[in-house]
This record gives sequence, structure tokens and C-alpha cells, in this order.
Amino acid sequence: MSLLIESAMVLLVLTNLTLLGLSRLRSCIRVVAVQGIVLGLLPLAAHADDLAPRIILLAGGTVALKGFVFPWMLLRALRVANVRHEVEPIVGYTLSIVIGIAGFGMSLWVGSRLTIPGAAAPPLVLPVALFTILVGLFVIVSRRKALTQVLGYLVLENGMYAFGIVLVGEIPMLVELGVLLDVFVAVLVMGIAIYHISREYDHIDVDELDALRG
Amino acid sequence: MNLLLFGITLLVAGGSAALLARRSSWLGAGSAVLGCAAGLIGAVRALAAGASESWRLAWEIPGGSFAVELDALSAFFLIPILGLSALAAIYGVGYLDSWRGKKALGPVWFFTNTLIASMAMVVIARNGLLFLVAWEVMALASFFLVGFEHEKPAVREAAWVYFVAGHFGTAFLIVFFLLLGREAGSLDFEGFDRVAPAMSAPLFLMALVGFGTKAGFMPLHVWLPDAHPAAPSHVSALMSGVMIKTGIYGLVRALTFLGAPPPWWGWTLIGVGLVSGVLGVLFALAQHDLKRLLAYHSVENIGIIALGAGVGVLGQAAGSPALAFFGWAGALLHVVNHALFKGLLFLGAGSVLHATGTREMDHLGGLLKRMPVTGVTFLIGAAAISGLPPLNGFVSEFLILLGAFSGACSKSASTAVPVLVTIGGLALISGLAAACFTKAFGVVFLGEPRGEHAHHAHEAGLAMRIPMVLLAAACFAVGLLAPAVLRFMAPAVKQVSGVDFAGSPSSRPAIAWGAAAFLTVVGGLALVRRRLLAGRTVGETVTWDCGYARPGPRMQYTSSSFAQPLTDLFATFLRTRRTQSPPSGYFPRNASYATETPDVCREGLFRNAFLGGAWVLGKLGWLQQGRVHLYVLYIALTLLALLMWSLR
Amino acid sequence: MRWGIQAALGMLLAPLLLGVITRTKAFFAGRCGAPLLQPYYDLAKLLGKGAVYSRTTSWVFRAGPVVGLAAMLMALAFMPAGGAVSPFAFAGDMLFVAGLLGLTRFFTILAALDTGSAFEGMGASREAQFSALAEPALLLGLAVLAKQSGELSLSGVMQGISASSWGVVGPELVLVSAALLIVFLTENARIPVDDPNTHLELTMIHEVMVLDHGGPDFAFILYGSAIKLWILGTLLVGLLVPVRTGNAWIDGGAFAGGMLALSVTTGVIESTMARLRLVRVPHLLVGAIALSTLALILVLR
Repeated sequence: MSLLIESAMVLLVLTNLTLLGLSRLRSCIRVVAVQGIVLGLLPLAAHADDLAPRIILLAGGTVALKGFVFPWMLLRALRVANVRHEVEPIVGYTLSIVIGIAGFGMSLWVGSRLTIPGAAAPPLVLPVALFTILVGLFVIVSRRKALTQVLGYLVLENGMYAFGIVLVGEIPMLVELGVLLDVFVAVLVMGIAIYHISREYDHIDVDELDALRG
Repeated sequence: MNLLLFGITLLVAGGSAALLARRSSWLGAGSAVLGCAAGLIGAVRALAAGASESWRLAWEIPGGSFAVELDALSAFFLIPILGLSALAAIYGVGYLDSWRGKKALGPVWFFTNTLIASMAMVVIARNGLLFLVAWEVMALASFFLVGFEHEKPAVREAAWVYFVAGHFGTAFLIVFFLLLGREAGSLDFEGFDRVAPAMSAPLFLMALVGFGTKAGFMPLHVWLPDAHPAAPSHVSALMSGVMIKTGIYGLVRALTFLGAPPPWWGWTLIGVGLVSGVLGVLFALAQHDLKRLLAYHSVENIGIIALGAGVGVLGQAAGSPALAFFGWAGALLHVVNHALFKGLLFLGAGSVLHATGTREMDHLGGLLKRMPVTGVTFLIGAAAISGLPPLNGFVSEFLILLGAFSGACSKSASTAVPVLVTIGGLALISGLAAACFTKAFGVVFLGEPRGEHAHHAHEAGLAMRIPMVLLAAACFAVGLLAPAVLRFMAPAVKQVSGVDFAGSPSSRPAIAWGAAAFLTVVGGLALVRRRLLAGRTVGETVTWDCGYARPGPRMQYTSSSFAQPLTDLFATFLRTRRTQSPPSGYFPRNASYATETPDVCREGLFRNAFLGGAWVLGKLGWLQQGRVHLYVLYIALTLLALLMWSLR
Repeated sequence: MRWGIQAALGMLLAPLLLGVITRTKAFFAGRCGAPLLQPYYDLAKLLGKGAVYSRTTSWVFRAGPVVGLAAMLMALAFMPAGGAVSPFAFAGDMLFVAGLLGLTRFFTILAALDTGSAFEGMGASREAQFSALAEPALLLGLAVLAKQSGELSLSGVMQGISASSWGVVGPELVLVSAALLIVFLTENARIPVDDPNTHLELTMIHEVMVLDHGGPDFAFILYGSAIKLWILGTLLVGLLVPVRTGNAWIDGGAFAGGMLALSVTTGVIESTMARLRLVRVPHLLVGAIALSTLALILVLR
């Protein structure tokens, strides 16, 4: 039981590190999809003893959205935008992984110091959630492409989702659905925006967007 | 004790007499060897007995007293200092021979002997003032030795950088001793352990910077890669092998004053060790000047020593005897080991330089056939410094790693995380060091000569060969007799770590017989191979080069090409500069490619700091008017201001 | 006694693993492939030959294979296999084994540089780079095992890792196994790091370094690398097949099955994966270091 959650947490960490080390946009999207699926199944593992239909519904919705719909949209945007399929990092892959490991160590330390009142979460969940948020931020900061920015936001949201599991144990459905909806709209808008930017400017490199300022 | 003091006196007297005998090396070298031998006997006897002897003489200088003591720690450091010095002196006779008649050799021997004597004094001094005087004499003597070939501008610059860096460190040490003296009421070491706990943290940092400059911790190492290659090779061996260890000695001695260490001292030492170790070996990898490469390796090995010391300090702080013993034993043994193999490698590099006239590795090659003794001993040194069994380097790295592994089994995260860093760092360092020394040995000694220099190389003379052979034998001996060596040095380890040898877990005999068994297996297989090949046809031909019939020496991999994948991987740290004019057109001619890896710390950190300092001080230029009466006015005003401030 | 049989079997069966790998690859390629015992035939043929040396080479070239094989035989003496404990085990023998692996590499690289050939220099340079990065992954992985079992000798570690440890620290052990698998593939010059079957010198790493060796020397090298495969395989199998019943037949059988499975897996990896571009190999190795570090952080938590 706790081994199951722990394995899921290790998988999350691994997907995060893989994301930092990958050079192909397509593989990055797939890794984030895997992360979404793992995260979606997490409530099932956490409440394996009393599976309410609500939880199954929530898990199914999350897996469908994070694991299939978002990646599909992003892959489509990638295909339509017709850009080079390389990440073009500002910070190199190897250094990114090293920074990732250091970040994980830091979140473990923070996680051991941080006590959340009233929540009895499995030991690893809090630091891994923190780590996922950090990786999301790092991806946003250290990668050039607009698409990787979207991926960064997705990973960031995944981290918050994991945080939510720690904080409340049982997430109010409405809140969770609201968050999912937010992200859904965000990805939609970004996807359309990427499509249009690439049509107008022939690339999706955010560095070039500063030419738009007045 | 008496033997040691006699030895030091002999060194000073012989050095002074050598000043008169300007042409010959024998007076200086002879007195150095005799003096070192006498001192060595004294030190070995003192360490074996495990008791300490002290001696004190009144000295007219206020605060100073001529107090010396020979305890286990001092004796332990004296052994590599005096042992390597004696061998380096013998080597120097042969090495300096080619300068006879061109340069005055008397001063060289005067400064060499003074350097040796002052190193010995630093280690046995028990008074702050005496220590600083010896320290300063040591810095000055080595400064003049670095400037031996002062007609070359690069040598002069190296010497001046060394001079400035040395005094930067000394400034911290003066404050360190004054603070200690103020706490204890006298500058004698005896009272120094009565330091108030609140003072120990700043004192530790002061010692770390002050002694670390001499030891060559990154980023305070900037003087080292220039100064060591510039000196004559036997002096390079002395400076790199033992002089920088006086910095380690100082740090260790300071730690014994400062009482029980808090864990963060261990973390600091491990951090410093990691940075010095990894960056030191990376910069070494990027070099193609043989002596410069070796100098960067000194930074790396000092890093390993700091890692071991850090593990030891952590063990003391955490109350874990295994951690403290293995860490300190590894660190102290590495001090001796580094003296052995780095001394050996610098002497070997000196023979190469002597025989070919160049330190540029990419012009060398194939020297093993022309210089068999130098080649074999250099190979032994290279394998030892890479931390490979059955040699001595492996033993000390083994001890440090064993300490780290047993620390990993401990519960607390404050011990476990730095220990993790130590394991990963040490593994990376030894992997990179192996890469670097396969490069150094392979490019210089193996293959075909890459240029005219190497074609006419000849083996070094007897006086140069004997010290190298002895040092190589010592590398084997420490590897094979590791348990006996550890038992012998146990009093010194106990003095530093507070852990007795008997109380530590024992696995040390095993590496010794492992090493012996390995050598036996090698011998057995060599016999098998010989039997197999006996009576069969053994032919000779050219190297297979994929069907190309005339492979030439210029097609060989050079040191730069060998290291290129690794230097590219770590280009973020190295900032290698490339100058190239690639071949172009159908009949290209005059293509060239050159790389240079200047020291990042020196270029980025210190140059800017000094330029900034010069700019600020330049703004004060209006004070300098060139009139004497104005200067007198300044002095008077300053005195007046100080007087008023003290009377306030 | 049990250990003696294991060690003798190791020396005897190590080349068989190479045969199994080749056979698996042949199966995937739809060929019938070389006989399982082909490595033995090769060794016998090579041991019966004379030798040809390059004029450039010195004694270092001739010493390389001898030292390499001696180091591997020595390392084999410390390996616990199939529940048998090495009588030579001591605290820290894992570091000694790692040192012996380093020594083999050191002399192989030097022997390659001794020929003065550009291609062998290239292989040597790559080997030095990759092994420098594989070393931290190996040692950090071993540190995880030492921490988990509370032992500092390989035999103790293998006794300490049992089926129940997988229930407690399963995820960490998976991470270490993955890291050690990468080290295993790198050290044994396997795809995705190196291709032992390539016929273009420019793309080789390990093979090109031993290009100039022939006769008994080459036999030593081949046998040495077979033993290296066996040693690192033993480590991996001991971790992945933690059958410690105390019954020599069951433990030994499980171990043999594990070794066979590992060889087949290696063959499958070689058949189904493409070789990485050389500039990508360090990423893989840094990945292995990351896996080991992660596992260590998790067990130290």
C-alpha cells in the first residue's frame, strides 16, 4: 500500500528528471503524459480500501485529460507549428539533471522541516510535490520554446495536484474539477496561441517575442 | 630531538657554505642529504616511541620564544618532508649539472637548504612568532627558487604571483595568531587550546584561508599552476610534494587548538575538497604542459586530503570513531602518498624536460624506449596517483571511501549527505585522474616521437635515476605494507582524531594481501604467456591503421585530442580558448589549431578583484604629491588622529 | 567449498554468457548464429597461435592483457555468487574490486596508446571518458547496497539483500538495478554505449583499443572481458534474484537462471535498441549517476 504510493512517487521523480534530460519535444510531451497518468492513478492508490465512485470518476477524468487529451493537443500543435523538434535549452541537459538532483535533495530537506497541520500524508508525497513544482518552474525558466513553457505549466500543475492530495486527503471534487478546467483552458489557449504565433512568425521561440514590445 | 636540531643546523650551515662554493653542487647537496638523514632518524624514532619531546630557548623578541616540540603529528609530517628533500637534493645534483658554468649554483643550494630547514622549523615550532618567521622564510626561499630562470618574463610573473599569494595567506595567519595569542595571553602554542568557543568559528575560517592559500585550495590555488612549473624540477617536487603540505599541517594543528569541531566545519572541508578535487583534475586534463598538468594535480590531491579531513571532522562531531579514524587516517596517509608519487612524477617530468628541452606534451612521445627507467617509474607514479591497487594511492583513497561508506550507514542526514557527496566526488575524481594520467603517460612515453625534441632524448644520469627508483619502490612498499604503515602512523592519527588504532574496525591487512596476491597472479600469467609464446613465431610489423600502409607519428592522438571529449563535456567550467584557422579550399595549406585553458579563478575572480582594487586606489592618487614635507605632514596627522582616538 | 565450486564455474562458464548473447542476437536477426560454444573455440584457437607486434609498441603493450586478466581473476575471488560467501571477503572489498576494474581499464588504455595508432587513441579517449563517468554511478550504487544491508563487503551485502528487502525498499532497489545495468552495459562495451559487432574502426570503443593484439594476448583480453561480464553480472543478478534459502542447489540454480536471463536480456537490448550517438552517451551515464544518487538520497532519508 505505502509501497505502492512510494513507487508512484519515485516514478514521478524519474519522469521529472527524464524531462530535464530529454532533447526531443515529442518525447518530452510523452513523459509529461506518463506523469499525468501516474498522478491520476494516485487517488486510487491512496484510497484503495474504500473506492468511492467519486474517486474513480476523478481518477478517470484526470488520466483522460492529463494522459491523453493534453498530450494529443500538444502533439497536434507541434505537428501544425512545423518547428524543429529540439528543446533548445538555455541550461544544458547534463547540468539540468544535476540541478534536478540538487533540487530534489533540497525539497527533501524542506519537506522534512515543513509540517502541515492535520494532514497525515505518506512520507514522500510532500517533497515530491515540491520537487515537481520546482521542476515545472525550472523548465519554464530554462527552455526556449513556447511549447516547453506549456509543458512547464503542466508539470507545475501536477505538483500542485500532488500537494492537494497531501493537504486535504480527500479533495473536494468541485475544486479539483475547477483546477483541471483552468489548466484545460490554459492549454487550449496556449495551443491556439502557439499555432498562431508560428503561423505569423514562423517559429515558436519565446526569446523572439520581445520584438513585440512597444 | 637533538638529532633533528642537529640536522636543521647542518642544513643551514651547509647552505651558507654552498654560497661560497659557487660552481659545485656537492657541498649544498651533501649537507642537505646528511641533515635530512639525521633529522629523519630523529623523526622516525619519535613517531615510533609515540612520546613528545620539547625544547625551549629564551628569545629577546617580545612575545616570541624559541619553543620547539617533536610530537607524533610533527614527526609524522617531518618524515615526508625530510625524506623527499633528501631525494630531491640527490636529484638536484644531476639536474643542475647542465646549468654549471651558465648560472651560479651556490644560491640555488642556499635557498634549497633554507627551504628544507624552514619547512622542518614550521612543523616543530611551538610559538606563534617563531612559526610565522619560519613560514615567511619558507615563502621567501621558495620565491627565489621559483625565480631561478628569472631571465624569462613568464618565470618572473609566476614568482611575483606566488609572492603576492603567499603574503595574502600570511596576512590571515598573522591575525589568526594574534587572536589566539590574545585569547591565551601568550603566543606559545601551549595555551592556545583555551580558546573561547565563540571565537573558534572565525579562527577556523581564518586558518582555512590562511593555510589554504599555501595548501592550494580552490580558488586560492592561483599561484600554484604557474609557480610549480617555473621552478627547477627538483624544487617543483619539493614544493608540490611537501611544501604545500605545511598548509595542511597548519590546518590540522589549528584544529587541535580549536576544541571539539561542529559539523559544519566538516561540511566546509568536504565542500572545499570537492571543488578543489574535481576542478583541479579537470584543469589538469585540459593542460598540455606536463609540469603544469602535474601542478593542477596537486590541487586535486589537496582536495582529496581535504575530503578525508572533512570526513574525519564529521566523525568527531558526530561521535563516530570509525568515521573519524578512517577519515583522518586516509587524509594523513594521503599526505605521505602524495609526497611520494607527486615527488616522483615531478622528478620524472624533470628528466623529460632535461632530456628533450620541452614540457609541451604534444611534441613528445615514444620516450619509454629511450628513457626506460624514467618511463617505468613515471608509470608507477601515474598508476599510484590514479588510486589504483596495488599501489599507495589506492590505500589512502580506500580508507577515505571506507570511512564514507561506514558514514553512509549512519542515521543522521547531517552526516549522510556530505558523505554521499564525498563518495560521488571521490569516484569522479579518481575516474578523471585515471583519464588524465593515461593521457600524460601515454602521450609522453608511448607511441612514436611527435617531434625532433623526443627523437634525441637520452636517459637521465645516475644521480637523477636513483631518487626516482627509490620513490617508486616506496609507492609499492606503502601499498603492500599498508597495515604496518598504518600501525606506525597510529599515534599521529590518534593525536588528531582522538581515536585509537586498536578500537577501529579492521580490514586493512586484507588490502595488503590482496595487493600481494594480485602481483602473484600477474607474475603467474606472465609466465603462462611466456610459455605459450615460446617456440612460436613472434613477428614484428607496422601498426595496423585500417589498411593504410604508412602510418606516421603525426597521425597519433595527441594529449589535446585525447582529452577533448572530457573537456568538451565540462566546457562550462573550463572555458578553453581555441584559436584556429581551418583548412579551406581544394589544396589547403597552413591550417592550425591551438587550445589554451587559462585558470578560470585567476582570469575571472582575481584579475577583476585586483583591477577593481587598482581602480579604487588609483582614485587616491591625488594624495601622492611627491613632496617630502607633505608626507611628513600625513604621518604627523595620522599619529595625532590615532592618539586622539586612543585617548577618547 | 561451495564458493570454490562457484568460482571455478565462473571461470569456466564466463565465455558461455558471450555465446548466449550472440545466439540471442542471431535469433532476433533471423539467423541460426554461431554455436553456443564459439567463444571457447575462439579462445582455444587464439591460445594456439604465435603473435605479431607493432614495431612502435613497448613492453606496456605486452603487459596490458596480462595485468587486465590478472585483475579480473583477482576480482572474481571476491564475488559472492548464488548464496555462496567468498572466503576472502573483507570490509570494503567492493572498493578493491572497483579499483581492479580501474586498473584493467588503465592498462588497456595505455596498451592502446602504445601502438601510436590514431584509431586506438580515439577508442582510448572514449573509454577514458565513459569509464570516468561510470565510476561514480557504480560506487554510489554500491553505497546504497552497503547502507541497505549494513555491510561493507560484497558477500555481506549479498547476504543482506533478500526478497524481503524488496518489499521494504523496492523502488530504491529498482533505481540501483537500473543504474547498475547501465554500468554493466557500459563497462562491457554493449549497445547502447558501444557495439561489439561493428566493423568500422571509427565507431568502435573497446574493440578498436585491442585492434593490434593477437594470439595469446588477445585470448587473455577476450577471456578477461568475459570474466568482467560475469563479475558485473553477478552483482546485478545477486540484486535482482535475491534467493537466499541456504540450500546450495536452489540458490545456485536461481543464480544460474538469473545469469542466463541477464545474458538473454542483454541480447534483446542489443537487438532492439539502436546505439546512442557518442555525444549522447555521457547523458546516459549522468542519468545512471542520477539514478544512483536518487536511490542513495531515498535510503538515507
